[in-house]
Amino acid sequence: MKQKFNIIESTCVPLPLENVDTDQIIPARFLKATTRDESFFGENLFRDWRYDSKGNPIPTFVLNDPAYGGDILVAGRNFGSGSSREHAAWAIAGYGFKVVISSFFADIHKNNELNNFVLPVTVSEDFLAELFSTIAADPKARVRVDVPNQTVTNLSTGRSERFEINGYKKYCLMNALDDIDYLLQQKDKIEDYEKKTI
Amino acid sequence: MNTLFDKIWDSHVVNNIEDGPQQLYIDRLYCHEVTSPQAFEGLRQRGIKCFRPEKIFCMPDHNTPTRNQDRPIEEPVSKKQVDTLAANAAEFGLSYYGMMDPRNGIIHVVGPERGLSLPGMTIVCGDSHTSTHGAVGAVAFGIGTSEVEMVMASQCILQQKPKSMRISIEGKLGKCVTAKDVALFLMSRITTSGATGYFVEYAGSVVRDMSMEGRLTLCNLSIEMGARGGFIAPDEKTFEYLKGREFAPKGEDWDKAVAYWKTLKSGDDAVFDRELVFDAAQIGPMVTYGTNPGMGMEISGTIPQEADIAPEGRKSFLKSLDYMGFQPGESLLGKKIDYVFLGACTNGRIEDFRAFASVVKGRRKADGVTAWLVPGSWEVRRQISEEGLDKELEAAGFEIRQPGCSACLAMNEDKIPAGKYSVSTSNRNFEGRQGPGSRTILASPLVAAAAAVTGRITDPRNI
Repeated sequence: MKQKFNIIESTCVPLPLENVDTDQIIPARFLKATTRDESFFGENLFRDWRYDSKGNPIPTFVLNDPAYGGDILVAGRNFGSGSSREHAAWAIAGYGFKVVISSFFADIHKNNELNNFVLPVTVSEDFLAELFSTIAADPKARVRVDVPNQTVTNLSTGRSERFEINGYKKYCLMNALDDIDYLLQQKDKIEDYEKKTI
Repeated sequence: MNTLFDKIWDSHVVNNIEDGPQQLYIDRLYCHEVTSPQAFEGLRQRGIKCFRPEKIFCMPDHNTPTRNQDRPIEEPVSKKQVDTLAANAAEFGLSYYGMMDPRNGIIHVVGPERGLSLPGMTIVCGDSHTSTHGAVGAVAFGIGTSEVEMVMASQCILQQKPKSMRISIEGKLGKCVTAKDVALFLMSRITTSGATGYFVEYAGSVVRDMSMEGRLTLCNLSIEMGARGGFIAPDEKTFEYLKGREFAPKGEDWDKAVAYWKTLKSGDDAVFDRELVFDAAQIGPMVTYGTNPGMGMEISGTIPQEADIAPEGRKSFLKSLDYMGFQPGESLLGKKIDYVFLGACTNGRIEDFRAFASVVKGRRKADGVTAWLVPGSWEVRRQISEEGLDKELEAAGFEIRQPGCSACLAMNEDKIPAGKYSVSTSNRNFEGRQGPGSRTILASPLVAAAAAVTGRITDPRNI
């Protein structure tokens, strides 16, 4: 959903696993929808880790643990690998996450998050390890993500890091603009390119 | 600098956005039914048409049943998704190859086979295995649905240019070692994130000697190393493969095209951001033991011990083995298996069926094994009949199904039941990928055939 980003301060949901692939984020059988109903995808986020085969919540999975909640998902390295399905980003957005923090994101999924106004924040392995410890010690620990200044801060320890995002995408996020809005203004350049290459 | 990737990418840049991505022109957009409906819906909401409809080709493949395709799809949600693609293609004036059309099949099998994917092109699809088309010497990569909508609206996409990597495999492959084994070997060495942020050029004598089918398999699996795409510089083998195909240039246009395609190679002075070289002698037939494609080993090897895994990865490693029902340090040879799947955009081409049939020859499908043999396209199905492979395989107790993605991701009814072991020639062994609770062992068509006739994980070199 298009929304304007500025400063986000929230508790976090920790998922300290590596290589979480998009088949886990949203299994293929939920990809048959023909609309972009984020609430449907959000309800099925991490479906097979979250519910057993009868549809009962699995109490040990973090999304079913009432101690944890918030706008920020914190995940182990190589988050979002595998399938290009944008449904994974819709599920994350639909569940209500605005930010995903990890030490490493898979390429396609990272773009999909950005295109759906979910901000992927890449931090160092040390920062991530400390953040997991902080959240384990205190589920109500808060993190501050400052988009204008491109910083992420573990408010319990005061540790802060700068994260990367290009100027164009930052402008889009802060002003709720998407790439198609931009591309539709470029028709002349595209037609010039086509004439040149024929 | 001066790599083939640079040449193709840079020649497609329409515009550089200051402190931002590049605007890249796209020559070919493929659409299947799963990742396109929301893009079409987006166009409708914006009140716009496709900017260059003649550059867009649509076909259903993920939901299609592998039996009775001449009848309507029984599962109503799958039917609706497939019908939606047909209706969208008609509304927006796009080429559409529906079920039973002789041109239908898995989009990544059909593109090269019809000559729709050509050297020097930029090619995208809302599907991570779009990297397959790199085998013809194109820059091809998977994108999300918002990006599909961008291409529909403007024939362009905004992308940061990836870095370039060259992976060379030198020497000669050993007995029963295929392109699939090369790819699984590479992933086991560099992990599923080892090439993230890169576009890979495959080179070396092994790649030069590889058939086009093998090259398509190798490029298909680039994404499983994290790479956005992988490609191979076009050569005589590429031109021979493309000549005469339906959408390949003809006559004088063909000669002109080949003259241009011959210039498509990395310069002798090319500088890659990363270069890796492997020796073919190190590669044997491979199997996976875990729940990502990087968790692979030579078929005669043993699963790593917990102590061999970096501390931060141990939790994921143990979760993975627990899911698979395997122990650290274990060998997989002789393990009983339940299902065999031959097919997918990875190994659903004629050469894969020939390889499978070569192992089956003189043997029968083992009792207790369910085998799904699913061609990648109707064209592959036609070749199978033409070569008599269907008769041979049917006599040995196998059934050839109708084309589609099938059990690779189980969006149709071809689902592996929970807890069952599947030796699969597809591309992903993720938890639940082939059906909730399914346990996937990725392998080549030769290893899959050896499992199908013995009912166990078997080294094809020993039968």
